[in-house]
Amino acid sequence: MSIVVEQLARRFNRGGSPAVSRVSFHAPGGAITSLLGPSGAGKSTLLRLIAGLEIPDEGRVLIDGVDSTQMPVQQRGVGVVFQSYALFKHLTVRQNVAFGLEVRRVPKAEREARVEEMLRMVQLEHLGGRYPGQLSGGQRQRVAFARALAIRPRVLLLDEPFGALDTRVREELREWLHALHERTRLTTLLVTHDQQEALEISQHVVVLSEGRVAQAGSPADIYDRPASPFVASFIGGASVLRGHVQAGRAAMGALSVTAPAAAREGEPVHAFVRPHDIKLAKAVAGAASASTATGRVERLKPVGGYVKVFLRLPSGDEVTVEVPRSEFDALGVAEGDSVRADVRSATVFVGDYSI
Amino acid sequence: MHPSTLVLRRSARSLSGPAFVRWGLIGAAVLLLGVFLIVPLVAVFTFAFQKGWEAYVAALTHPTALAAMRLTLLAAVIAVPFNLVFGLAASWLIARFQFRGRSLLMTLIDLPFSVSPVIAGLIFVLLFGRQGWLGPWLLDHDVRVIFAVPGIVLATVFVTFPFVAREVLPVMEAQGSDEEEAALTLGASGWRTFLTVTLPKVKWGVLYGVILCNARAMGEFGAVSVVSGHVRGVTTTLPLHAEILYNEYDLAGAFAVASLLTLLALVTLVVKKFVEWRSQPS
Repeated sequence: MSIVVEQLARRFNRGGSPAVSRVSFHAPGGAITSLLGPSGAGKSTLLRLIAGLEIPDEGRVLIDGVDSTQMPVQQRGVGVVFQSYALFKHLTVRQNVAFGLEVRRVPKAEREARVEEMLRMVQLEHLGGRYPGQLSGGQRQRVAFARALAIRPRVLLLDEPFGALDTRVREELREWLHALHERTRLTTLLVTHDQQEALEISQHVVVLSEGRVAQAGSPADIYDRPASPFVASFIGGASVLRGHVQAGRAAMGALSVTAPAAAREGEPVHAFVRPHDIKLAKAVAGAASASTATGRVERLKPVGGYVKVFLRLPSGDEVTVEVPRSEFDALGVAEGDSVRADVRSATVFVGDYSI
Repeated sequence: MHPSTLVLRRSARSLSGPAFVRWGLIGAAVLLLGVFLIVPLVAVFTFAFQKGWEAYVAALTHPTALAAMRLTLLAAVIAVPFNLVFGLAASWLIARFQFRGRSLLMTLIDLPFSVSPVIAGLIFVLLFGRQGWLGPWLLDHDVRVIFAVPGIVLATVFVTFPFVAREVLPVMEAQGSDEEEAALTLGASGWRTFLTVTLPKVKWGVLYGVILCNARAMGEFGAVSVVSGHVRGVTTTLPLHAEILYNEYDLAGAFAVASLLTLLALVTLVVKKFVEWRSQPS
């Protein structure tokens, strides 16, 4: 039950910039695929195009190998969960879950059994008689899942399903969704702006930017081998260092790392360094290797289990380093101190960097 | 007393000004309310019953009064369902779709509000009257619109046009279309979605609009007066009948009919209040 999108385009205002422009990707059957990107990247529009709630200007949508581009939404067999839950407020939880089955004229006995099965699955069997207004956000979202799954959809489309929930509930539901998927192996498309969510529960990630696919691949691909400066800066909260190619290496002040093979001597480069890819040590005179620089601690911000260290390098660039609490305590630095920063890995792109 | 309530009381007093201002304003409001609403209300019923209960009943059971009631009901029975269907369709169209002419449609819906009812009546006379555009054709085919029942129904429909649409549209716009989209993905047809999802969501707005529409349909005077021709017992609605009786110095009769319309207004207010109370999100 794979979903294939070919050259899909949708423009809302004539003359305006397209919400989705010639997007192609493949969501493998039985896996969770995340559509990840900042707001305005076209993620939700893409989901609505696949669901059939929007009609594309160009391109095709194939669900399970069948061209569904012109198929009415009712016949696509898609289960959709909206960020706003979109529960029928005038119906009870049980009636909400039964809605799709009634539409399909499922016999009463079977319908009731299926509704109970769904409510058990989302652990809400005791709340079947309540109205959505009487439930918490997390419970409402689980009703929305039960309602979408009751019709035995071919694919499950989730539009920021946990976006309106608080952190703890969000993490619980993320775990729950993961377990649910393990059981059902339903092809799932998850729209999210939360990279943590995307990297954690999906097997395949499509990063979107301004209506285009920036990169598609496994979470490890996206995180470890970002294909563009946009992906590198969007994922993982990296700091940017600017420099030039010198003697075949990307030199940023005293610091230098391996340059891309295609880089020519003297070209400007910029390197993305993840907060945990810098190792800090006490500053000692001399003994510096190429990948180390001495920086000044501008600011310290303890964040629970780790400490964020804001470091000013001699080149003027500022980098953020995340140090585990125990390591930080052993290091014993204060604001204003000099520390040695050892860059363990960086992603280097040729050209000037601008956001 | 809890400290915070003390603060609240004090700030409330500091906001309300000195006693003479407060009582002066309250007194003025009560006086105006009395003169403009309470006294006329009492007067209607006093005049209606000034010749006794029998005269009151006789005025209301007079054949021309009964005919006026029938015509008033007929106009309302046609105008309200027509505007209900139109209002639902128009507000659904405007709330859910972006299209060319959308704001023009919204303005057109409001037109009957902004046009004087007398002008509205004249429009129909100019269209369907003997000297009107369609007059000769209608005359040839022996169809009477002006100075006949169809004209009264048309005028009533026109002046009550905006009521349902105006009440339903804001409710639909406020609620968005998420639930409708969810219903579609669950396999429901557009019609089923409308009946089982959209309609329950806007039902109180619809009811409210229907009540107001009905009140206006039964109480309309100006537009109906122009197209009616005042053929007693044939083309007179209740408000026109009251006017005729009044012009003939039959005060008791005129006010008996007026009392009926007043009762309608009071019932409308009570039902309207009830609907407002029920439609509050609990």
